[in-house]
Amino acid sequence: MTKFFTSSIGQKFFMSITGLFLMLFLIVHLTINSLLLFGDGTLFNQAANFMSSNPVMKVIEPILALGFILHIIYAAYITLKNMKARPKGYKITTKTKASWASKNMFVLGTLIFIFLVIHLANFFWKVKFGTVETVMVEGKELHDVYALVAGLFKGWWWYDVIYIVGVIFLFLHLTHGFWSAFQTIGWDNEKWMPRLKVIGYIYSIIICGGFAFIPLYFLIKYAV
Amino acid sequence: MKIKLNIWKQANAKAKGRFEKYELDGVDTEMSFLEMLDSLNEKLIKEGKEPVTFEHDCHEAICGCCSLYINGHPHGPGKETATCQVHMRSFKDGETITVEPWRAKGFPVMKDLMVDRNAFDKIMSAGGFVSIDAGQAPDANSILVGKIDADKAFDAAACIGCGACVAACKNSSAMLFVAAKVSQLALLPQGKVEAKRRALNMVAKMDELGFGSCTNTGACEVECPKGIGIDFIAKLNREYLSASFSEAE
Repeated sequence: MTKFFTSSIGQKFFMSITGLFLMLFLIVHLTINSLLLFGDGTLFNQAANFMSSNPVMKVIEPILALGFILHIIYAAYITLKNMKARPKGYKITTKTKASWASKNMFVLGTLIFIFLVIHLANFFWKVKFGTVETVMVEGKELHDVYALVAGLFKGWWWYDVIYIVGVIFLFLHLTHGFWSAFQTIGWDNEKWMPRLKVIGYIYSIIICGGFAFIPLYFLIKYAV
Repeated sequence: MKIKLNIWKQANAKAKGRFEKYELDGVDTEMSFLEMLDSLNEKLIKEGKEPVTFEHDCHEAICGCCSLYINGHPHGPGKETATCQVHMRSFKDGETITVEPWRAKGFPVMKDLMVDRNAFDKIMSAGGFVSIDAGQAPDANSILVGKIDADKAFDAAACIGCGACVAACKNSSAMLFVAAKVSQLALLPQGKVEAKRRALNMVAKMDELGFGSCTNTGACEVECPKGIGIDFIAKLNREYLSASFSEAE
């Protein structure tokens, strides 16, 4: 068991588990975000404030951060190790057919990481440590996260572009990541491989389509 | 037909190596790729030059000796073929063909296009066997094996250990090879006894010898001359994970 943590399959196992965990997080994230589309923002503010203040989330938040950190650190470590496995490359680079995303997971991951930093600085950091204005909802003082999100999305069109491009990188990452996570933990066979790939695509389309729709919605709604 | 060749030449394991250009005329379209290399070597010998070193043996795609990376494909063009079954009709007249050895830390180049594939033997010695007496041919009928398992084990057993999976993989991972060997034995009753230790030891050896890890690109199964699928890698992962969590070592 001690060898497990340093073995190639063991390291991939952690990539897979953290990846699956982050995919679950995306579902929760999108569910909350979808509230942006309904009403005047009160609903979203209540949900966002609930997520940032309830004790369960206080426990989950560091676990989530750990999930991200492990996924990123293991990815960097494994990629470096894999590069060393071929000290001298080919003159003719491979012509073997394999999906572009599958061969560029680390590149996509790096791009998503850059987006993540921008994303955290714009939202998470401001809510957590910055000065976000407050509104009174049903006698309670809440952070006006809706105004923060709506302000960014409708005010700075180039921010919407960054956001949507980030989501496209995420989409590509997920199209390979979803079924790959199942393959790595051994939950796959001849029959399930095409099924998992289809489910992965459906998941990626719903998640990334959803995330990309929100800034577009604000742009269109406030365009005139 | 006339072809141009761009072939990797390297005097020995420590030498630097470089690409050498050759031109060959009068190549028959019905020649196999290896026959073409033979005729190139005959020409080189007559000219007093050093011939190109390459490996080949059975010429019927069961020994796994011929291992050439031709124009960006391990074993060259064509699906489920080894280099020995590639024919010159797969190339155009006047085409430039680039021939390289397998590139992997686990497969160091010995000379020109020949690599040292002892790493695969070392992985096999780490667990790719059964220690119990499997008996004589008639004994095969005394232990019944289900049709599905028998077929699956046979598919895995088709692996000839040529190393094309390693050559095709961007991580030089030997996962498809190890997956085929582990699965073949784990599927059969005679191999089940040592299944856990086998998975642990063969993977440990594979890692030790400097092969990369699997990132599920699926390049290996596309280039495998025996059509071994990556569903066997899922099985290896399953075998390895369950062995890791249950074996007290």
